[in-house]
Amino acid sequence: MSTGAIVMMLLAMLVIWGGLALAIVNLSRSKDTPRVDEVRRDL
Amino acid sequence: MSEQVHHEEAKTRGAFSSRRVFIFAAIGSAVGLGNIWRFPYVAYENGGGAFILPYLVALLTAGIPFLFLDYAIGHRNRGSAPLSFARLRGGAEGLGWWQVGICFMIAVYYAAVIAWAVRYTFFSIDKAWGSDPEGFFFGDFLQAGDPGVQANLVPGVLIPLVIVWVAVIAVMVAGVQKGIGALSLVFIPLLFLAFGVLVVQALFLDGAGQGLDALFTPDWGALSEPGVWGAAFGQIFFSLSIGFGIMITYSSYVHRDTDMSGSGAVVGFSNSGFELLAGIGVFAALGFMAQANGVEVSEVASDGIGLAFIAFPTIISEAPAGAFIGVLFFGSLVIAGLTSLVSVIEVVISAVRDKFEMSRVGASLAVSVPCMLISLVFFSTTSGIFVLDIVDHFINQFGILLVAVVSMLLISWGFRALPLLADHLNHNGSVHIGTWWRVLISVVAPAALAYILIEGFITDVETAYEGYPQWMLLTFGWGAAAAVVVLGFLATTIPWRSETSMEAPPSAADAADTRGGN
Repeated sequence: MSTGAIVMMLLAMLVIWGGLALAIVNLSRSKDTPRVDEVRRDL
Repeated sequence: MSEQVHHEEAKTRGAFSSRRVFIFAAIGSAVGLGNIWRFPYVAYENGGGAFILPYLVALLTAGIPFLFLDYAIGHRNRGSAPLSFARLRGGAEGLGWWQVGICFMIAVYYAAVIAWAVRYTFFSIDKAWGSDPEGFFFGDFLQAGDPGVQANLVPGVLIPLVIVWVAVIAVMVAGVQKGIGALSLVFIPLLFLAFGVLVVQALFLDGAGQGLDALFTPDWGALSEPGVWGAAFGQIFFSLSIGFGIMITYSSYVHRDTDMSGSGAVVGFSNSGFELLAGIGVFAALGFMAQANGVEVSEVASDGIGLAFIAFPTIISEAPAGAFIGVLFFGSLVIAGLTSLVSVIEVVISAVRDKFEMSRVGASLAVSVPCMLISLVFFSTTSGIFVLDIVDHFINQFGILLVAVVSMLLISWGFRALPLLADHLNHNGSVHIGTWWRVLISVVAPAALAYILIEGFITDVETAYEGYPQWMLLTFGWGAAAAVVVLGFLATTIPWRSETSMEAPPSAADAADTRGGN
């Protein structure tokens, strides 16, 4: 692989997968809502 | 908002039991066939490594903001697409039914592609296509004749198509949590695992580096071409399952206090993360194919049906452990397709339930069975692939894209509902929705999508799509796209049941305001 291709591949991984990691960390800091056990009856 | 109210609503309409289940279901919807067979080629054709720039701009300025819009509409108004639009603004119900019509059309043909992938998962084991994958696909397997409509059934397609529909109907009857939620909780991790193994396997093939070189070598000059930016916005838009009711429907099943903007960011980046993985796997495999045949990657690169059912069988025949690669590849297509298909049908089922106050089982059968029968009639015959190709092209271009542009403009400039929706998202959201979001939704995203729409319209008016006969394009292309608009707005003439409130339920933000006022 050429240097340019390697750099762009790593950059794409960093930005997209890094963005995903940040989004997950951000979400994990906000409280999840309580489970709705009743939904098992439906649905 | 009391838990009791939420539990009552969950029992009546159905609900995802937690944020995690919702996110898995939303990822399941977004990650579909297009992620695997469309993104790699679009990136390769539009600047290679340089494509990452317009792609990210499109994701952040149109994709995720539009996802937030869909979430806000469904989560605030707690209804299917028609009910949510009706509650957002009286008279807007037709937009929702237009989206429902589009979803019905898509479900009918999408199931056929999944059925092909089911069949090819087994074909991979003994490489049933022999030395001529193209001749096998169109001849032995599909038995395709000349373009037209024929009634000759192809049992090799009919049987897997029936199996796919039976599985889908079982999921839909099981309900939001026990059907869609459970399916997503099992299949989405499995999909990421299976495709991850496939990518590792592909990276060890001879020539993989050549393929990745072709995909990631940047062509910076491409960034000056408007078409490249249009391709990026188009890829993001079609890939995220936004703008045609799915995310409105799914978000209506989520607890009222859920962080929707934070969840949306996870869904948006997960979808793109999977696309990147798919790009690496597909081009590593294409690099092997090019090297094995002594040609350039440009000569073997393709997308869509050609990539999946012609190029990949060639790779499977030539690669070491080819059968294993084949099972992983086609198995991944089946899973990605199924989790998307159930989301498409749920848009229709949810709308029918809301409109007629039907039971879950009743609405699931009332929608899925006719959908299955139409699917079997048109797509298990020798002319199935031609009809599929035309409907797919026109319903994407002049169905999904058109309704997205129209609804964004109406919500922004006609109903002026963006401040209301932003407030809703901000109440429990971890990503602050500010003026930037309103600008993107009211100007940037509609402008970008309108550009793609107009370009596509001019092309399709000037040139007969893929050279098909005009009567076929008029019937299954332009006709289908027009029919969903007409039928959608006719559906608004059916009155809602008296017990269905046209008022948006008090939101968590309203409840907080009330408490603050007291």
